[in-house]
Amino acid sequence: MSTLAQQLVLGVLIGGLYGLAAAGLSLVFGVLRVLNVAHGELIMLGGYGAFWLFALLGLDPFLSLLLVVPAALLAGALLYWGLFASVVRFPDETRIKNSLLVSFGLALALHVVAVQLWTADERSITTAYGGVFRVAGLALPRVRLMSLAVALGLIGVVHVLLSRWRWGQAIRAAAEDWQAALLVGIDVRRAYLLAFAIGTALAGAAGTLVSVAYSISPSIGLEWTLKALIVVVLAGLGSMMGTFLAGILLGVAEAASAIVFGGPYREVVGLVVILAILVARPQGLFGRS
Amino acid sequence: MLEVRDLAAAHGDLAALSGASLGVRAGEIVALVGPNGAGKSTLLQCITGLVRPRAGEIVSEGRDLLALRPHQIVDHGVALVPEGRRLFGQMSVEENLALGAFGPRARREREASLERVYRLFPVLAERRRQMSRTLSGGQQQMVAIGRALMTAPRLLMLDEPSLGLAPRVVGSIFEALEVINRAGVSVLLVEQNVRAALELAGRAYVLEGGRVVGEGTGSDLLADPHVRRAYLGPLAIR
Repeated sequence: MSTLAQQLVLGVLIGGLYGLAAAGLSLVFGVLRVLNVAHGELIMLGGYGAFWLFALLGLDPFLSLLLVVPAALLAGALLYWGLFASVVRFPDETRIKNSLLVSFGLALALHVVAVQLWTADERSITTAYGGVFRVAGLALPRVRLMSLAVALGLIGVVHVLLSRWRWGQAIRAAAEDWQAALLVGIDVRRAYLLAFAIGTALAGAAGTLVSVAYSISPSIGLEWTLKALIVVVLAGLGSMMGTFLAGILLGVAEAASAIVFGGPYREVVGLVVILAILVARPQGLFGRS
Repeated sequence: MLEVRDLAAAHGDLAALSGASLGVRAGEIVALVGPNGAGKSTLLQCITGLVRPRAGEIVSEGRDLLALRPHQIVDHGVALVPEGRRLFGQMSVEENLALGAFGPRARREREASLERVYRLFPVLAERRRQMSRTLSGGQQQMVAIGRALMTAPRLLMLDEPSLGLAPRVVGSIFEALEVINRAGVSVLLVEQNVRAALELAGRAYVLEGGRVVGEGTGSDLLADPHVRRAYLGPLAIR
């Protein structure tokens, strides 16, 4: 019983990061109709950013978010200019196809560059305040708890930005109907740039948390892209909090299946659960039909 | 106010406009009528910058609109109420209206504009918190017009505002257009409901096959044999 509860709690903890990883992908896909399969590589880069800030400068990983997030915002803006601004000129269907090609190329390139620069070794940050926190017989790894809290906080910040900030409303308007957004005087290209930059910043933050709560290597990108995609499909588009909750659900589903069917089935059963939910609710759990 | 000269545009290989010219003077209501596929909507979309014409000129109060991007054209003072209304359905009435005042010039007049819209359509004030897609068709059209008014336009263009609305509702929409025009906003109206449009408009153009084939005052065109036969007669396609 206690191992079951323990595994489920660990599932919640990793699920929060799935949710954060998916939030950035969901924002970019929902607003630009661009599927950025290099999202996982952006997470990987964010992780290396935090890792080197820690290894070379001794900077605390949670503090380094204050550097990694702005740097990722800027990198996202540059990536949008350089690669995706030309993709969004096309109609929706072409956008998705072209963005897949462009971002797949980007993913491969970033992976190779990361291997060249930093080797294929797995790395992680070990903080002085690691260890576990015991409650009711459960062992809660302290940094993972902190990561979950930070992830939730970041999702909350983005949610408030999208609902209260002037440009956040512009981003939502552009997501719903970009032509109508143009007709009310919104510079849709700028709304796209901002959405992509925020999505990349979320990836950078997710990477930082992964590097401290788990581990990173140049090859983690694909796995995180897949997790994020599953969560996006599960949650549907249009709700940051919904995406976060769907991430936690995936984490719990994986943990439960690892207990019932054994470790190797962790991901298979998670996927089956998601298929089952989608058969019942094709628009996703929190998506709008 | 607006000068369109020799405009040519195409959707892919299909010519939609081939040398259309028209003008709207300050304070006028101008109607643009014609059959489906004549290029009326394309013409409006060229003016908003959503469609790039192949040739021709569009000038508004000394500004070359073809050199501006769509959001800059809105800020210049030319707004379109698109066909099918195109509201942000997930947002409330007030959020839709607020987005209309997004541009820098419109934002400065936001409070006054909002008051004006609520005075024009009091039902929107009552329903300001309601999700816009749950409104009736007529109310949605009011939000669409209100949202365009929030951009503080000097020229308001409307694409088929009566489409799918009950006759009584159409009447109140047209009355609102008169009120808007009296406040000094020029109006360019594309309408299937030819009789109502010609009765409202000071001047009108007939667009057929991407060209202007007729022009005159509203009452002239109402009396014109070709217009009567094609758009007003018992066999007219509605």
